Amino acid sequence: MCAKKVDAVVIGAGWAGSILAKELTEAGLSVVMLERGDERATAVEGDYPSSIDELRGAIRHRLFQNLSQSTVTIRNTLDQEALPYRRLAAFLPGEGVGGAGLHWSGVHFRVAPDDLALRTNVVARYGKGFIPEGMNLQDYGVTYEELEPFFDKAEKVFGTSGEPYTINGKVVGKGNRFAPDRSDAFPLPAMGEVYSASLFRTAAASVGYHPYALPAANASAQYTNPYGVQMGPCNFCGYCSGYDCYMYSKASPNVNILPALRQDSKFTLITKAHVLKVNLDADKKKATGVTYLDLRTKKQVELDADLVIISAFQFHNVHLMLLSGIGQPYDPKQNTGTVGRNFVYQTITTSRAWLSPKQYTNLFVGAGGAGVAIDDFNSMNFDHGPLGFVGGSPVWVNQAGVKPIAAAVGGPGGKAPTWGEGYKDAMMDTYRHSLTIDAHGSNMAYRDVYLDLDPTYTNAYGQALLRMTFNWKDNDIRMNQYVVGKIEPVIKAMGATRYSLGMLKDGEVFDTRRYQTTHLGGGAIMGSDPKTSCVNKYLQSWDVSNVFVIGASAFPQGMGYNPTGMVAALAYWAAYHIRTTYLKNPGPMVQA
Amino acid sequence: MTYGSFTRAAFFGAAILLTGSVSDLHAEDMSALVKQGKYVAEASDCSACHTVRGRGEFAGGMEFKLPIGSIYSSNITPDATHGIGAYSEAEFSRAVREGVRRDGASLYPAMPFPSYARMSDADIHALYVYFMKGVQPVAQAAPANGIPWPLSIRLPMTIWRAVFSPSVSAAQKDVNRSLPNDGIARGAYLVEGPGHCGACHSPRGLALEEKSLSNSSGTLFLSGGAAIDGFVPTSLRQDQRSGLAGWSEDDIVQFLATGRNRRGEAFGGMTDAIFHGTQHLTDADLHAMAQYLLSLQPHNPALSAWAYDPAAASALQAGDVSAQGAKVYVDHCAACHRSDGRGYAPAFPPLAGNPVLMSDDPASLVHVVQSGAILPGMTKAPTAFAMPAYGNMLSSQQIADVVTFIRKAWGNNAAPVSVATVEALKKTAPEPVLNQGVIPLN
Repeated sequence: MCAKKVDAVVIGAGWAGSILAKELTEAGLSVVMLERGDERATAVEGDYPSSIDELRGAIRHRLFQNLSQSTVTIRNTLDQEALPYRRLAAFLPGEGVGGAGLHWSGVHFRVAPDDLALRTNVVARYGKGFIPEGMNLQDYGVTYEELEPFFDKAEKVFGTSGEPYTINGKVVGKGNRFAPDRSDAFPLPAMGEVYSASLFRTAAASVGYHPYALPAANASAQYTNPYGVQMGPCNFCGYCSGYDCYMYSKASPNVNILPALRQDSKFTLITKAHVLKVNLDADKKKATGVTYLDLRTKKQVELDADLVIISAFQFHNVHLMLLSGIGQPYDPKQNTGTVGRNFVYQTITTSRAWLSPKQYTNLFVGAGGAGVAIDDFNSMNFDHGPLGFVGGSPVWVNQAGVKPIAAAVGGPGGKAPTWGEGYKDAMMDTYRHSLTIDAHGSNMAYRDVYLDLDPTYTNAYGQALLRMTFNWKDNDIRMNQYVVGKIEPVIKAMGATRYSLGMLKDGEVFDTRRYQTTHLGGGAIMGSDPKTSCVNKYLQSWDVSNVFVIGASAFPQGMGYNPTGMVAALAYWAAYHIRTTYLKNPGPMVQA
Repeated sequence: MTYGSFTRAAFFGAAILLTGSVSDLHAEDMSALVKQGKYVAEASDCSACHTVRGRGEFAGGMEFKLPIGSIYSSNITPDATHGIGAYSEAEFSRAVREGVRRDGASLYPAMPFPSYARMSDADIHALYVYFMKGVQPVAQAAPANGIPWPLSIRLPMTIWRAVFSPSVSAAQKDVNRSLPNDGIARGAYLVEGPGHCGACHSPRGLALEEKSLSNSSGTLFLSGGAAIDGFVPTSLRQDQRSGLAGWSEDDIVQFLATGRNRRGEAFGGMTDAIFHGTQHLTDADLHAMAQYLLSLQPHNPALSAWAYDPAAASALQAGDVSAQGAKVYVDHCAACHRSDGRGYAPAFPPLAGNPVLMSDDPASLVHVVQSGAILPGMTKAPTAFAMPAYGNMLSSQQIADVVTFIRKAWGNNAAPVSVATVEALKKTAPEPVLNQGVIPLN
């Protein structure tokens, strides 16, 4: 082992890590960013047309985590033995520079302000007794007004396309009327609407809902961001999710931040560096740096640092904290401890409507972040009182481009034959003339849903795997069923020839074999009470003050919105306070 | 061996291999002089030939393959044994401006001393101080030139030099000719002198001499050169269609600062010239260069102005791909360059009205299609853009069709390209971009 010293070490080269590394080098710090995967260059990964080879891409997991080296174990309930997740399906963590930020779709939301103080709001509106037994409903400890400048900054860095509703309190556009006020417009106008999305817009409005253009980090035009980096415009090729964008039009750390960051001589990126643990001093109050495994030489390297930023994928953050002994592991029996607490996901179900043969939806066309949505049943935008559940779902047509293999594997849907001419006709009918509508909803936190270290299974480096204990709960199932019921009138208003509603079933258990979303959250949540949160409102560890944990791991609940916009805003928010407060006087920024 | 690759070698292989010493420099002037000299080195694009990845800055070693053997750029660090540490300033000046080594032998005219002859004494002084005091010595010999005797005898170079390279006094006299204003005069100095733009962008004669070294000798200067590494340097004069007619001063400045603007993107050797050279120049100097270039009368005034013709775009947008090459264009090019040929500048360059693809010699266009192109990130535009290589995917017939389409559409109106031409150009095509060793990381 050879110890080197830098000002800050950043773990993970995705959005959170790249934002922190950029901000900290701007502040004059020497920064080493460690990434366990390979370099990812658009020139290579986006080399057209091999970049859109679906078999090589999403099907064979080109940009995803290599589960043969490290994975998680999963079980539904406390009394089960968890088994390793050996085949990517339900969620798709990334690997390599850019992380999941390279292969994401690009839906780029802010946050529903009510979600930031969900416990307070639910109690205020419906009383404490409204919260079901076993639900760890919590506030973030930060307000939308505090975060707004950082949402704005992130959108400008990402080149986000969208239509505002209000700016500085004035109605300026036909955007989401439930969206919080903005200090500025989106940097780019909303993406164009494909046929399915425009149909949804008309139909949703006709039944009294409030449709809006999804905010997308797919550039609707060529764009130069505040770092001087340039993007091309999206051409709706449909290869966003699971792919590197060959048009340089889907925001990624690789395209939007790293070109500028790499020019800074204070910045060093080390790939194939798998961080084994954050090193702590004797009384576990200070981090001294990290130990990583150089995957090329198979040697352990110790890197000393004054500041450690844990900014890998959500559950990797939690895993690393548990492996390093930062904070107290969560105990589901006593509901004590914080690391692994409030592990959350999202609910998502998909409904399908078939149109007449004269109406072409051409599902191969699309853009990952584009579409039309309604927020009428998201967050606290509707009265939960008579409904008896917490949470909600945006609903949308987000035609992201269905690739041919995925379409074939998904099948024609409905009651189509499974082989022969009838099957082929149904496949063509579905691919050309159908559309899908998602209810992409929240998932609350529960006492017996959490993350800890697996007692049995280890990764390729001999460390205990992270164990997920996760199941669907009645509250979220009923929420999903309610919202999906609200889709039916839209489908009818579209004039669909037939349709099928997708919803969670009563008592349904979490199935790891079906892709849902990659929007895992929590486990190292933020909050104002060190007894129930891992990090304070600045994402600083309550226990080890020179460790900051950035990512969706900070979410106390799974929100209805896609998480990346919130992750980016939290990253800029934390970085701002590190720069303006922490670096001047290192130590806890909030007294426990 | 083509004329093109020989000229590349002629431009880029320098051979200063002597020793000398430094003296009488005042410490207090040093830091300002070093800074000034570094700027002159950037304006002169020394790095492009004398710095090779992995060998240390200015340690030489870039290989130039000639039919008679390879030559290598020399180590110009101040190492006394392997570099130029033993050169006096007078010897340094003679090497840079006259092409004479310390031992009296002649340099290969790969070193652009016919242009450097125009450099001022002050710039040469600063450059000398920079190389002696601002550059780290590298004790590593550049590889020995591999030209066998008797071809290695440099006597013909001495004759060449006497015939084709101006004396320093003659060059300086031309620098001081009357020009309309200070901006144009400064631009003329930079373009004709240290910038040595004519080394690529002016035509050459049978002995590979630049036919013109200054605008004072007529419109041949910067009227376009022969292919270098497969790419054809365009006219930098106000020629319609294949020159800079229609470019604004800001267009030129932006191009030299970032390698991209609303009209096009750099590729091939020009990316090196910008990356190592022009992007480091001040805005004032870039504007001066632009003002000078805009003052150059067209070499071929008979060419008609390009005007956009919407016919091709209308046909494509109506689903009509009956034109030769139109279908290949829609399938492989239109996503970035658009059916209307206007691209999405500065990310993806326009093809409509782009001077690169309207030259008589279609080599640039064909080679970009065959091998792709990479524009590296620059300080003021950190994004690199890569166009993929289509040489392994499209047949020569398809490439001939699509470049014919591109050269004809949107008012471009350049001559069709035959399959035979594409086949011939396949032999001189650069390596596909992903095999060129330097892959941008964004």
